[in-house]
Amino acid sequence: MTKKPSTVLDARAIDRTLRRMADQIVELNAGTDNLVIVGIQRRGVQLAERIVRIIRGQEGVDIPSGALDITLYRDDLQTVGPRPVVGATQLPWTLDDQNVVIVDDVLYTGRTVRAALDELADFGRPARIALAVLIDRGGRELPIHADVIGRKVEVAADQRVDVLVEELDGRDEVIIALREQEG
Amino acid sequence: MSAQGTRDLLLRGGRLVDPSQGLDAVGDLLLRDGRVAACGGSIGTPDGAEVIDCTGLIVAPGLIDVHIHLREPGREDVETVATGAHSAVAGGFTGVCAMPNTKPVTDNQAVVGFVKRLGEAAGFARVYPYGAISVGQKGETLAEIAEMVTAGAVAFSDDGRPVESAHLMRTALEYARAFNVPVAEHCEDMTLARGGSMNEGLMSAKLGLKGIPAEAEEIYVIRDILLAKRTGGHIHLCHLSTKGSVELVRWGKERGINVTAEVCSHHISLTDAAVEGYNTNAKMNPPLRTAADVEALQQGLADGTIDLLVTDHAPHHYDEKEREFADAPNGIVGLETALGVNTTYLLHRGVMTLPQLVDAMSCKPAKVFHLPGGTLAVGHPADVSVFDVHRKWIVNPKMFRSKGRNTPYGGHELTGQARLTVVGGRVVYRAAE
Amino acid sequence: MASLLGKDLLGLAPLSADQIRLVLDTAVPFREISERAIKKVPTLRGATIVNLFFEASTRTRISFEFAEKRLSADTVNVAVAGSSVAKGETLVDTARNLEAMKIDMVVIRHGASGAAQFLAERIESNVINAGDGTNEHPTQGLLDILTLRNHLGDLTGKRICICGDVLHSRVARSNIWGLIKLGAEVGVCGPRSLLPNAIGEMGVTVFDRVEDAIAWADALNVLRLQLERMQAGYIPSLREYNRVFGISAARLDKAPKDLLILHPGPMNRGVEIDSDVADGPHSVILDQVTNGVAVRMAVLYLLAGGKPELADAAKKGTV
Repeated sequence: MTKKPSTVLDARAIDRTLRRMADQIVELNAGTDNLVIVGIQRRGVQLAERIVRIIRGQEGVDIPSGALDITLYRDDLQTVGPRPVVGATQLPWTLDDQNVVIVDDVLYTGRTVRAALDELADFGRPARIALAVLIDRGGRELPIHADVIGRKVEVAADQRVDVLVEELDGRDEVIIALREQEG
Repeated sequence: MSAQGTRDLLLRGGRLVDPSQGLDAVGDLLLRDGRVAACGGSIGTPDGAEVIDCTGLIVAPGLIDVHIHLREPGREDVETVATGAHSAVAGGFTGVCAMPNTKPVTDNQAVVGFVKRLGEAAGFARVYPYGAISVGQKGETLAEIAEMVTAGAVAFSDDGRPVESAHLMRTALEYARAFNVPVAEHCEDMTLARGGSMNEGLMSAKLGLKGIPAEAEEIYVIRDILLAKRTGGHIHLCHLSTKGSVELVRWGKERGINVTAEVCSHHISLTDAAVEGYNTNAKMNPPLRTAADVEALQQGLADGTIDLLVTDHAPHHYDEKEREFADAPNGIVGLETALGVNTTYLLHRGVMTLPQLVDAMSCKPAKVFHLPGGTLAVGHPADVSVFDVHRKWIVNPKMFRSKGRNTPYGGHELTGQARLTVVGGRVVYRAAE
Repeated sequence: MASLLGKDLLGLAPLSADQIRLVLDTAVPFREISERAIKKVPTLRGATIVNLFFEASTRTRISFEFAEKRLSADTVNVAVAGSSVAKGETLVDTARNLEAMKIDMVVIRHGASGAAQFLAERIESNVINAGDGTNEHPTQGLLDILTLRNHLGDLTGKRICICGDVLHSRVARSNIWGLIKLGAEVGVCGPRSLLPNAIGEMGVTVFDRVEDAIAWADALNVLRLQLERMQAGYIPSLREYNRVFGISAARLDKAPKDLLILHPGPMNRGVEIDSDVADGPHSVILDQVTNGVAVRMAVLYLLAGGKPELADAAKKGTV
């Protein structure tokens, strides 16, 4: 039975949510000192960039930021097989003693975040690492939690939550759709 | 009733094809005391005769393969005279000539006699030993040709290798002339061929294998034709594989030089494309060549430039072939597929008529090598091949009587199969249904 | 998801242009890993890779070893002297022993053309050809092509000339197959006695004089000339080879444009290439080496993983 995709957040709602998330991140960090924002490829990167822009507008400070591709740190290589690496990993010069905030679009099983934590550990030793996600859809398979959440949604296992961003998809929208059969 | 008390054998109603008598007609064939008693027409059944219905089958003089390798003495693990002779009759052959590259080499009367006796004891196809041209096939000194002839050798060759010294080949041709036996050459210039494992061409360039150019063969072909011209001896050229070789033999025959030539079934049916994937069962020497060569060889058979068909049956152990291409030994078996390959690629494609094919597989081998048989004329040995040119079958190497399984035809469908083989009036092979 | 390259990497001839591009694209982020402080990712953690080298080779083996270790795989080096025939243990038995030890991947270098395919057909592990006889050396071909792409961009219509002993060179052949698939124009230049007789049918332009090749090409891939070729009678002397075919600064100065110079190494300075060229501004030889590790990591990554049934299906060609 096909269900039409339904919109959870439209463009304006996303913008509002990101503003709130940016405020929360700064609040959590008690300011902007030693703050580093790292987006997870792919769409986490675009969201991270926007958060950095919002903070620049609010606080007048340029937060160091970076992108993380976690494909090589996945734990499912043996069952699913290799995937083409989707993007570059570019991080600020040092992460030692910094307060890193990982930004991702959807938090689900938690495995992506676990991979990201492993990868960050190979780059240095942050003072602390926090997690900010636009959507938390539950269904955790690991003890991972988000410190800053845009919106919590309840979805069935056979549904998927897609975050679309203007830079890659031509529009900003968060939609819930039926999961297609994996080919 | 026969004089020796053995039963007569009457082959009834087959199509008798015997180019030696210009015979191609449906009829009966009566065999008595190991000889042909009557041939053709309708023959009444003598008392006590065994009658075999050959309706729809071809009845021909026994097929003779003048180029095979039996591995005895020395490599009995790979083939013996007995298993080879059995393989022969399963392929429709009543006579075979066994090359002398055994261990020890068949270069003296003792080994010749040994091979001959083993063949007689096996009781399948008649085995005619080749003797080596040079001692140990080393290409240095002439072997005792006269003694070997007395012991039963029918021809001489250093096959496996060429006779590199033109002087030695000349001497062999002169010396052998007195005994009226052919001297057969494996034509290969070793300096051109060294290190090569397949035909030199686009295929070898693609597979990254060193190739053997056609000229490696042709250089020795023309050399030996010229030596035959000088000496008046009989040169027989083994397993020709190139278009150029055919043209050179034609040149020689036009000048009345005593040159005869043979071609293998694989060289008139497969090209070097069969090596694709580094298939060691398509590796032999001389190698499979190009489509143009195949066509020229077929044409050479059709117009008589090439006199006869052979197999160069060369069994190898599975382990030896199961290795890197360049290291694998050369050679494939052929006795049990030759007839099917020849009918499929020559008869059914209109390259040769059936009488021409029988001529090339029976009459001419007997004639060129001065062997008994090759005819169904009355009084001659009762060696008969009965086969079905329309029967389709799939080649299954596991069913071979030969110990060798190294064939590129595994799984191929052939049209034409031996059904009954008679040697000296005895049925030595009968195909299962 | 099916294995993207199949079960094995035996050569560039069996790959499609898309597969070749996939390896090149995948190699790019792997280059970045070699520039980190911690040059390691856990991707192949727990995988066992055997480097089975029947021919001595330092540089290729080390490059593969770096690639394997940077992916966190466990590496075992096996150096075998001589051919399997000389050694007494056949390649078949070596293959079966490896299989029995549950190896995940084998990187094989062997003196016989077709040896990698021979092994791949008999074991379930992934097999990577690190050079088989005079047939192919696919990872070298890939890193050469990646280096060319980095400097020349899209290779369609670009002119690459391979100079030297093409007849005996598996590097040349892999380059030829790969570059043609990507739409490049390929030339070869060398003494005719060192070109395959059928070279005219291989889709390349043949240059008898190196000056003509230099005038034509965007890049030269200069092959090592081995002493044995002179001893086997293919060329009169190394001295004459250098005089007639050597890539010298003087010759390059006459080129209409700046040519890239590649060399698979190791170099015979003063034979096929002069030092001032090898160390000069046009040389991208060191880039090749860096790209080599990245390309090998990409290949290992793309072959690894997947279900065993996929490996089987890849073997049977039903994937």
